Amino acid sequence: MASKFTRSNSTGWMMAGPAAALMALFIVLPFIFAIGLSFTNQRLISPNPTQFVGLSNYSQLLGVGLLTLEPERDDAGAIVREADGSPAYPALRGYTRNNEDYPQLDGMREWFSVSLGDSRTYVLARDVVFMKAVVNTVIFVLVVAPVQGGLALVLALLINQRLRGINVFRAIYFMPVVVSIVVVSLLWRFIYDGQSGLLNNLLGALTFGAFPRIDWLGNPSTALGAIIAMSIWQAVGFHMVIWLSGLQTISPSLYEAAAIEGASKWQTFRYVTWPGLRNTAVLVLIVITMQAFALFAQIDVMTSGGPLDSTQTIVFQAVERGYGKQDISGGSTISVILFVFVLAISLLQRWLTREKK
Amino acid sequence: MAQISGDNHGLRLAVRYTVLGLIALIFVFPLVFMLMSSLKPDAQLLSDTRSLRAFLPVGDISLDNYFDAFRRAPVGLFIFNSVIVTGVTVALSLLICSAAAFAFVFIDWRGRDLVLALILATLIVPFETIAIPLLLIASKLPWLGLEGLTYGWLNSYQVQIIPFVADGLTIFLFVQYFKDLPGELIEAARVEGASWWQVYRRVVMPLAGPVLATAAILKFLVMYNQYLWPLMVVQEERYRPVMVGLQYFFQLNRAWGEIMAYLSLITVPVLAFYLFLQRAFIASIASTGVKG
Repeated sequence: MASKFTRSNSTGWMMAGPAAALMALFIVLPFIFAIGLSFTNQRLISPNPTQFVGLSNYSQLLGVGLLTLEPERDDAGAIVREADGSPAYPALRGYTRNNEDYPQLDGMREWFSVSLGDSRTYVLARDVVFMKAVVNTVIFVLVVAPVQGGLALVLALLINQRLRGINVFRAIYFMPVVVSIVVVSLLWRFIYDGQSGLLNNLLGALTFGAFPRIDWLGNPSTALGAIIAMSIWQAVGFHMVIWLSGLQTISPSLYEAAAIEGASKWQTFRYVTWPGLRNTAVLVLIVITMQAFALFAQIDVMTSGGPLDSTQTIVFQAVERGYGKQDISGGSTISVILFVFVLAISLLQRWLTREKK
Repeated sequence: MAQISGDNHGLRLAVRYTVLGLIALIFVFPLVFMLMSSLKPDAQLLSDTRSLRAFLPVGDISLDNYFDAFRRAPVGLFIFNSVIVTGVTVALSLLICSAAAFAFVFIDWRGRDLVLALILATLIVPFETIAIPLLLIASKLPWLGLEGLTYGWLNSYQVQIIPFVADGLTIFLFVQYFKDLPGELIEAARVEGASWWQVYRRVVMPLAGPVLATAAILKFLVMYNQYLWPLMVVQEERYRPVMVGLQYFFQLNRAWGEIMAYLSLITVPVLAFYLFLQRAFIASIASTGVKG
C-alpha cells in the first residue's frame, strides 16, 4: 500500500525524532543506568573512581539470615528466666559481631523473631530498615489495590444511574484527584492530629467522648493505616472515572436482554456488567499497583518513615540513599528492586485476569 | 394503588440522594475545612475543630493569613516558577508528542514500529524507578563540562522541564486519536502536493482539539503537582516550585492558619479551573482507559 505519498524515512525520523531522542535520554538511558549503576559504588559526587562491586549492593540490601538459639541454662540445667518470666537468651551480638563460626551473619541485626517451644528463631537482616520498607510497601499495595479498585467500582456503579443532578456528584467525587497529594497530605496531617485533629473530635462526638484520642500518625500501629485511608480517599475518583468509561462501553442491548430474561440486579452485574469490564479491570489494577508502589510524597510530608520505621517505603528509602546520602548506586539498586516488583505484580495480575479459554 | 407506588418511588429516590450526598460529604469536608481555616486566626482555628464551626466562615474572619504567608516566604515566586515550568512543559509536550504521533500513524518509515513499541513499553516504568540515575545524568548535563565537580543542570528551569516533555502516555493518546481520523483526508492532501509539515499543521492539528485538551489536562496535573523530582534537583529558592516550597514553608513555621492559606492559594485556582472545565478533566482521565 505504501506509495510515494505515504513513505518518507527522513520526515518520519524528523517528526518522531525529538520525542524519541528525549525519551531515550531521560527514560531509557536512566533505566539502563539504574541496572548498570546497581553493580557499582557510584556516588553523586566523589573524588574516587567508580568501581564494579558485583552483587554486593543487592546482598547489602536483601541479605537475610536465620539463627536459632536455645535459652541460657544455669549449672543445674534449669532455664534462666528474665524478670517477666520469659526465657533468657544469649545476646545476638555474640553471633553477629566478628564471630568466626558465623561469618554469614556478620553485621546483621534482628528483624523479628519467633519462639518455638523453648528455643527462639531469629530472622536477621543486613538492612532491617529496608526490609521494613519492603514489607510496608507490599502491605500498602495489597490493601490499596483491591480496596481502592473495589470502592472505585462501587462509586462508578452509583453514578452510572439516571438521576437528576448526578453530574454534580460525579464532579464532587472526582475533586480530590485534581488536588496535589502534597496538599492533601498536609491537610490530613492536621485531620489526624492527636490533639486538635478533626478525626479525633468527630469520633469523640459520635461516641459521646468514649473514644480515646489517638495520635494517628504518631502511633506505629495506626500510622500506615492512616496513610492508606488518605491515599484511597485522594485517588479513588481517578479509578472511578476509568471504571465509568468501561461501563459505558457495554452495549445497552445486553442490559435489555437481561431485563427481558428477568435477571436480578446481582445476576445482571455478574453476567453482563462484570464480563464487560474485564479489560478495564486489568488496566485499573495495573495502574493502581504502579501508583501504590511509588508511594513517596505522603510519607515524606506526613511521617518521614516513622514512627519506628512503621511507614518506611521502598521509594522513600531510594530517595533517602540516592539523594539524601548521595549514594547513587544504593538508590539505583533499590530502583531496580522496585521495578522488578512492579513488573512481577503487573504480569501476575495480567495472568490472573487473563481470558480463560 | 398508584399512590402507594408513587410514595415508594419517592422514598427510594430520597434514599439514593441521601447515600450520594453522604459520600459527597466525605470527599469535600477536608477541602471546605481548608478554605474556612485559611480565614481564621490560629487560636480560633484550633478551637473550632471541636464543632461544626470548623466548616463555617464564622468568628474572626479575615485574609490576614494570606498576607502573612506572602510576607513569610516568597510564595509569589514559587507560584511563578510552577506556572513557568508547567506552562512550558505542557506546550512543548503537545507539540513534540503530536508530531511524533503524526509520524507513527500517517507516515511509513523504516524503524517506525520498533520505535513506537519501545515508546509504549516505557509506560510500565514508573518515574520513581528512574529518578535516582536521572539525578546523576542531570547533574552531569550538558556533558560539556570540564573536569571537576559540576552540578550541571541542577537548580534550573530546564531540569524541571526537558525530561518531561516527551512521555509515552501523551504519545499514546495522540496515536489513538489520529488513528480514528479518516486516512483519505491525509492522502488527498498529499496527492494535492502538500508537504508533510503542511498536512500536520493545516489538516491534522486543526482537527485535534479534543485530544489536545485531554493531553494538556493530564500533563498539567502531573507537572503542577510534581514533588519528588524538584525536591531532588532544586535547592535554590529561585527555581523552587509550589509543592516543594510548601514543604519548606511548613517546616519553617507551624502556624496552621498560614499553612491553610498557602494550601488554599495553590489549590483554589486548580479547583476553579477544574469546576469550570469539569467535563474535559473527567474525559481526559477516562481516555487513559481506552486500552482494550
